[in-house]
Amino acid sequence: MGATTTLRLGGGAGYETDWIEPAVVLAERGNLDYLCFETLAERTLALAQRRRQADPRDGFNPTLVARMRACLPPCVRNGVRVIGNFGAANPPAATDRLAALAAEMGYPGLKIATVTGDDVRDALEPDLPIWETGQTLADLPGELVAANAYLGVEPIVEALAAGADIIVTGRVADPALFLAPMVHEFGWPLDDWRRLGQGTVVGHLLECSAYVTGGNYLDPGFTEHVPDLASIGFPIGEVAPDGTAVITKVSGTGGLVTPLTCKAQLVYEIGDPARYLTPDVVADFRGVRLEADGRDRVRVCGGGGNARPDSLKVSVAIEDGFIGESEVAWGGPGALAKARAMAEAVERKLAPLRNILEDLRFDLVGVNSILGAAAPEPAAEPNEVRLRVAARSREESAARAVAGTFRDFVMVAPLGAGAERSGVRKVIGLYSTTLPRERVCPKVEIRTVGGALA
Amino acid sequence: VSRVKLREVAFSRAGDKGDISNVSVIPYAESDWEWIREQVTVARVVAVYGPLVRGPIERYELPGIKALNFVMRGALEGGVSRTLALDLHGKSRGALMGTIEVERPEPPGGVQG
Repeated sequence: MGATTTLRLGGGAGYETDWIEPAVVLAERGNLDYLCFETLAERTLALAQRRRQADPRDGFNPTLVARMRACLPPCVRNGVRVIGNFGAANPPAATDRLAALAAEMGYPGLKIATVTGDDVRDALEPDLPIWETGQTLADLPGELVAANAYLGVEPIVEALAAGADIIVTGRVADPALFLAPMVHEFGWPLDDWRRLGQGTVVGHLLECSAYVTGGNYLDPGFTEHVPDLASIGFPIGEVAPDGTAVITKVSGTGGLVTPLTCKAQLVYEIGDPARYLTPDVVADFRGVRLEADGRDRVRVCGGGGNARPDSLKVSVAIEDGFIGESEVAWGGPGALAKARAMAEAVERKLAPLRNILEDLRFDLVGVNSILGAAAPEPAAEPNEVRLRVAARSREESAARAVAGTFRDFVMVAPLGAGAERSGVRKVIGLYSTTLPRERVCPKVEIRTVGGALA
Repeated sequence: VSRVKLREVAFSRAGDKGDISNVSVIPYAESDWEWIREQVTVARVVAVYGPLVRGPIERYELPGIKALNFVMRGALEGGVSRTLALDLHGKSRGALMGTIEVERPEPPGGVQG
């Protein structure tokens, strides 16, 4: 298309159940061209796959209907196109549900695209190497739940070219949700590595919603004050045809956009800044500059890139046993000594289970539960201490026994134990492998609301 | 020079990918970049995070934004899905970086006040 004007992208979500209201504010007052929703953390898709196994019409984002019921009116009114990976483990079912919602809300003619092909369970070979274990897929100890390749921009760009108003995907690389409209609107060739790299930088800044607008930033007395966290604004990227951009937010919303809030997000969840791997480009963050451009406006430029990898990352999820945990607390003088005495007794009591517990852990909440082995000995006796025991096992019964620990000690525990809580959860084990690009076949299907499949 | 905690002059955010934790070091003032860059070495970071990390700790520079990134492998007891830790993502561990003691050079012209 080769548009020469600025493209306005909104970051409408950064995780599965992120706030809906800031996305509505973006759609209403952000003067947006696109509103993009990133809702799939590493584990989210496997949990969605479990829901799909239980109900073939489920397996998509649990907030999809509420989110779109709130966002569709302003998006339709203002001509904002929507791109989201809220299809999770079942993009076709998400599209079915969205089409029904749009029909019910009176939006006939809306075009919804469904991107599939990220589910690569059928393309897996048993001898695929697993990065984390150094072994093969066949060696993984649990039943396969999900295997999804990280798709790039191509199917999304195809859907945009076909005129889709809403694009529903499963697993795609997070920045691709934002890079795709840049490629589509500006007509960037898919081997223009420098611009794809810079666009990926912009996408990475926008993909975590409030993480770039003052969330996960405030440290009272050290950072500047972050105003009005309760009504924080989600980010907007004003992108120029060369990929340089201004990160900002809707005026009047809470939060901050400063070079420091943007730096925090740029470095968030990256490895080697010279090689930020995506399916579309290996982006280079080393030359990125972030400079103030007025209040709540930060200019971003200087991102680079190199040729995309030949293979695609695949996230493999397996059933990986159970975790049982149990907590109990003491208050006042002696709390720490009582908790330690209890931990010792519990460890002995659980000894017969040790051969079926893969891992057993004790935490003293308020002392070492967060900093672990790096926690210093407390300088003063804590006012209260909460003891937690947790264990992982392939046997559900063993996890249940650990969860029942403090209930079973009710008559025995050191003086004044209270506030007991416990739980058992199924563990999803996440592993990574790669597939050659040609083994992954993204597909795009367009449906018109109120009509049949095109 | 004056001895200060890194927290006085820089902040850190932790992120996770699988069993890898990354922790940034972002100076509040870009004018502090050069001396922070010299002092916050892998050895200093290992001294703080070592007990939590099974694998190597790598250090990367982002000269354009004047920030450091430390990548810690084997840091999350198997990662978000398998760990027994309360903080599944290790997000609260970024604060440990701020406990590193550094030597802040006096500004040219001497101490004010």
